[in-house]
Amino acid sequence: MSPSDLLVIPFDGWVNAFVRGFLVPNFRPFFRAVQVPVNEVLQAFDGFFAWVPMLVVTLVFAFVAWRVVGRTMAIITVVGFVFIDMIQLWPETMTTLAMILTSVLFCTLIGIPAGILVAGSNMAWKVVRPILDIMQTVPSFVYLVPIVMLFGVGMAPGIIATIIFALPPIIRMTNLGIRNVREDLIEASEAFGATRTQTLIEVQLPLAMRTIMAGLNQTLMLAMSMVVIAALIGAGGLGLIVNTGLGRLNVGQATAGGVGIVILAIVLDRITQGLAEPGSGSKKPLLGSFKSLFRSQDIEAAAPDKAV
Amino acid sequence: MTVKLKVESVFKLFNDTRKEGMALLRDGATKDEIFRSTGVTVGINDVSFEVNEGEIFVIMGLSGSGKSTLVRTLNGLIRPSSGKIFIAGEDVASCDMKRLRAIRRREITMVFQHFALFPHKTVVENVAYGLKVKGVGPTERRKAAIEALAKVGLDAYADSFPGQLSGGMQQRVGLARGLATDPAILLMDEPFGALDPLIRREMQDELIALQKELKKTIVFITHDLNEALLLGNRIAIMKDGAFVQVGTAQDIVSNPADDYVRAFVADIDRSRVFTASDIAQDADHIPLKESVLGALVVMDKAGVDVAHVVDQDGVLAGMVTREALTAVKPNTPVVEVMEPDAPSVTSEAYINEMYATAQNGVLMAVTDSDGKLVGSVEPTAIFGHLTPDTETATEAEEDDGKEDAGPPSDETETEPANIVDAQKEKSL
Ligand SMILES: Nc1ncnc2c1ncn2[C@@H]1O[C@H](COP(=O)(O)OP(=O)(O)OP(=O)(O)O)[C@@H](O)[C@H]1O
Ligand SMILES: [Mg+2]
Repeated sequence: MSPSDLLVIPFDGWVNAFVRGFLVPNFRPFFRAVQVPVNEVLQAFDGFFAWVPMLVVTLVFAFVAWRVVGRTMAIITVVGFVFIDMIQLWPETMTTLAMILTSVLFCTLIGIPAGILVAGSNMAWKVVRPILDIMQTVPSFVYLVPIVMLFGVGMAPGIIATIIFALPPIIRMTNLGIRNVREDLIEASEAFGATRTQTLIEVQLPLAMRTIMAGLNQTLMLAMSMVVIAALIGAGGLGLIVNTGLGRLNVGQATAGGVGIVILAIVLDRITQGLAEPGSGSKKPLLGSFKSLFRSQDIEAAAPDKAV
Repeated sequence: MTVKLKVESVFKLFNDTRKEGMALLRDGATKDEIFRSTGVTVGINDVSFEVNEGEIFVIMGLSGSGKSTLVRTLNGLIRPSSGKIFIAGEDVASCDMKRLRAIRRREITMVFQHFALFPHKTVVENVAYGLKVKGVGPTERRKAAIEALAKVGLDAYADSFPGQLSGGMQQRVGLARGLATDPAILLMDEPFGALDPLIRREMQDELIALQKELKKTIVFITHDLNEALLLGNRIAIMKDGAFVQVGTAQDIVSNPADDYVRAFVADIDRSRVFTASDIAQDADHIPLKESVLGALVVMDKAGVDVAHVVDQDGVLAGMVTREALTAVKPNTPVVEVMEPDAPSVTSEAYINEMYATAQNGVLMAVTDSDGKLVGSVEPTAIFGHLTPDTETATEAEEDDGKEDAGPPSDETETEPANIVDAQKEKSL
């Protein structure tokens, strides 16, 4: 005796009917349209990284790692990237990188404004918070089901799945960072006649920047893990190598892909962490590190930006 | 004297969504009762006042009395539940955000208790913030900001970050930021509350000096009555959101309105409240051309042994003692007998500035800014003004009257007791 003897709910049938009978026919153009910008950006990144020589990419990453984190990290970056190239996975790694950057770009474009929005309104936060909670409890694998139904398979659906999966931390941390800005600083800004936008740009965002960067780091790490899983629905890159390796019981190939992912993950993680915690390695302020990329050493050493 | 800020029966109740707190308040319920029965907090309870141009208006009260709430209604950071606040012809309590911003940019700025400097901006960027928000160009605002910094002596630190400065220096930056837009009104919410006592004294003196030159209209919040008495042209004492007394330092110290004020006044430093003119008696003055005989007649009439000599303009010339006068011939001119260096203080001098002069042990002359003799003070008499009157206010007044009217010999008799009192008070 079990409840199913009394009543069987045709849940799968209902969902099928809802998706096939309602969502797909009515919203197909919408789901198509959503893929367009994602595809464009992805292609641009992919093309760019395919075009830039491996050594240049390695040097740029090593330089950024050196400025933001420190010398050791720069060496690890060079060794790691050279290793990836030697095991002949450079093109796949660059595809994965392009996918990650695309996802993170969209996460940033959606997540930071969303975070700002919910930071400004308790009502909005009450609505958004449970959604983020659910998004973070659903296992990454389960995301793929509705994605495939709505967007089909391929590169762009894989990235869309990644964007959705990786979005919560950046929204959360933007919200947190802005809410944690000292009340009296906001009062001070307002007391001098600043508009809300001026307060946001002049005071709240700069002070929330570290927290937002920490959110960006988490988002990036989630994107990293999801981009690999997205290979299941036809996304390429290193994930595909691991996947096919597993499918063919080719332990060597799967391991090689896995190592590539780990190296890329470490490099990206350490760099974004370095951005979130200035002082951990190079002892340089956030913007200073960015600016220093385009400046000579001695200007950087001089006093901070004098413009008021 | 023009009124720069006018507040008309302002109320602020927190969490009063159903207006029940307001109704209770009208029925005469206290802040405590209202909070207990409805959960509504009375922040400001029917406050009205005016502040004149160039005046420092101090609002003082214990923690939770509503000082911060009140000062924040003045620049619209908190909108009052009801009432009117006029600045430059605009009602800040009801105008829209755009007008409010315009007023904040032009008319009124604020200095905060915990400085509230932007840690990611340099000192000069902090000071220039009000100008930047207004849309002033980078070179112009840097120039103005450096000028404001120079006023507080920190122009050398323009490109440091606030975190690199000491507390006192940070608050100077806060003050410079408040001054940079050249507002008519400056709000200061316990600006020196977070500083240690020595630095606080320094900052108070600096504010006084700065105010002499700038003549801003200042609303100054403090919970330190000594600070209030030192800085305030007028002082409002606040309790449970309402003003219990508004007046000059001397008003409040000599006539506390109720027990709450009296409790505050009990342990203040009176030597920094009362000036020579507050405690001076009428001086017996002898014209410079008088003969010794004439001088003795004046002194006999007044029953004193020491008197001051003035020239034809009333300017203090010196002093004579009965001893010296009786030692010479009666027709000798006074000029030949008088001591030209009579101990004297100016009428604005606080009691604590008179101690050094009082150490001579002789009657002190009190002169106005032109050097004219306006009164005199017995050195021992100053102690009488250092102790609070334990009697009620009215009786205290009578006492004061007696003291002034009574002959000097009488006064010296009562003095020792007062000195003992004063010492007791200090040691407690
Ligand atoms: N946002 C708020 N919501 C509810 N109650 C408030 C709020 N702000 C202030 N209050 C209450 O209003 C009263 C006055 O507070 P306020 O901060 O103005 O006091 P204060 O005189 O400045 O005290 P302090 O010397 O501690 O700064 C207090 O009872 C406080 O609890
Ligand atoms: Mg306060």
